[in-house]
Amino acid sequence: MSRKLSDDEYRKTKSFRLKRWLDGTKDPFLDTVEMKAQKPFEEDQEEKKQFDQERKTRLTNWVYNSKRNRDVTAFRSLYRICAALFCVFLLITLLTAVSWLPTEGEEDRPVNNEVSERYIESGLQETGAVNIVTGMILDYRAFDTLGESHVLFAATMTVLILLRLDRDKDKKEQHADDRVYEPKNDVILQTVAKILVPPIFIFGIYVILCGHLGPGGGFSGGAIIGAGLILYVNAFGFAKTERFFTAKTYKVTSFCALACYSLSKCYSFYTGANEIESVIPLGTPGAILSSGLIFVLNICVGIVVAGTMYTFYVMFRKGGY
Amino acid sequence: MQIFTCILLGFLLVCAISVSLSKNLLNSILIYMSYSLVMSIIWILLESPDLAITEAAVGAGVTTILFFLTLKKYARLWTRKRGKMPPRMRSLRR
Repeated sequence: MSRKLSDDEYRKTKSFRLKRWLDGTKDPFLDTVEMKAQKPFEEDQEEKKQFDQERKTRLTNWVYNSKRNRDVTAFRSLYRICAALFCVFLLITLLTAVSWLPTEGEEDRPVNNEVSERYIESGLQETGAVNIVTGMILDYRAFDTLGESHVLFAATMTVLILLRLDRDKDKKEQHADDRVYEPKNDVILQTVAKILVPPIFIFGIYVILCGHLGPGGGFSGGAIIGAGLILYVNAFGFAKTERFFTAKTYKVTSFCALACYSLSKCYSFYTGANEIESVIPLGTPGAILSSGLIFVLNICVGIVVAGTMYTFYVMFRKGGY
Repeated sequence: MQIFTCILLGFLLVCAISVSLSKNLLNSILIYMSYSLVMSIIWILLESPDLAITEAAVGAGVTTILFFLTLKKYARLWTRKRGKMPPRMRSLRR
């Protein structure tokens, strides 16, 4: 278009022809070029039918014909026979091994050696714990329990690495997906949680604190508290729990608990190996403040386990606090 | 008491077999949960209450919840990709 010339005059100028040539609307040798949209691809119905028919016959005659694929059929039947034989072999082996076990309650079982005798006879005096199981796992075999706590901590770290979402977009998506199949403020769930959560917490704390007096201990009590936390989150959402329990809280508490466990156990190993009298009193068996370090260790294990259970849940549900 | 233990053990066997044979994943998880619950009662009968508490809290509680979450994630993944629920999981839809 030109501003000075009218439309008819402009069409005669060389610049207009140059522009048309540049735009491709006119070929300089063959006059006006017309650009047409391509026709949509039309399949020949006859040809397609024939092709499908051929494919079908080929499938039935070649691929699914068992007479032509005898090696595949033979392999399948052999596989089934081998699987059944393996199951029978495993069954026979395990049953034979069970039949070789010493009978229950016999006096000369290999389990009845001096180790278990010592545990049962002088466990109460040496550890101060009424519950022999707790005395065993947190005093005689405290090193194993320390390893177990660290394995649990490592498992949480692995879950963190695998399931944690760093990008904001992923986090938003997860947040939107969070309550797809469930109602947001369920009255029944909230009322039940209001009634149940405090007793669950108190029961968990009781199980942890009385681990050396009765059944229970750090692991079971921690699991109970973790389950209570999960119920609370389900009922009231993450906004409420994040006021008192965030990723930072978890990191700090579990680090402190593991460090406390390690240090106190280091002390008892040091005194035990050098035959120094430990300054920590064992107390009277049956009292709540008794059995020396077991009380502290139970609390440490309980903190680690409760945090770990809750963190597992949060990671699986939304991939981050 | 002997009969009660036998009934529980039979229930345990039925649970263990039906977990692997159940076609619906949600049913499988629920049966697995009941297996843990029965197991915790058996621990009490075997006079080890420590294990019973742990089994009830971890086996029947936390593990089942983690399974549920994984199932929900799986269903969500499927809906986003194909626009429909995976087969055998339509019971999850509200």
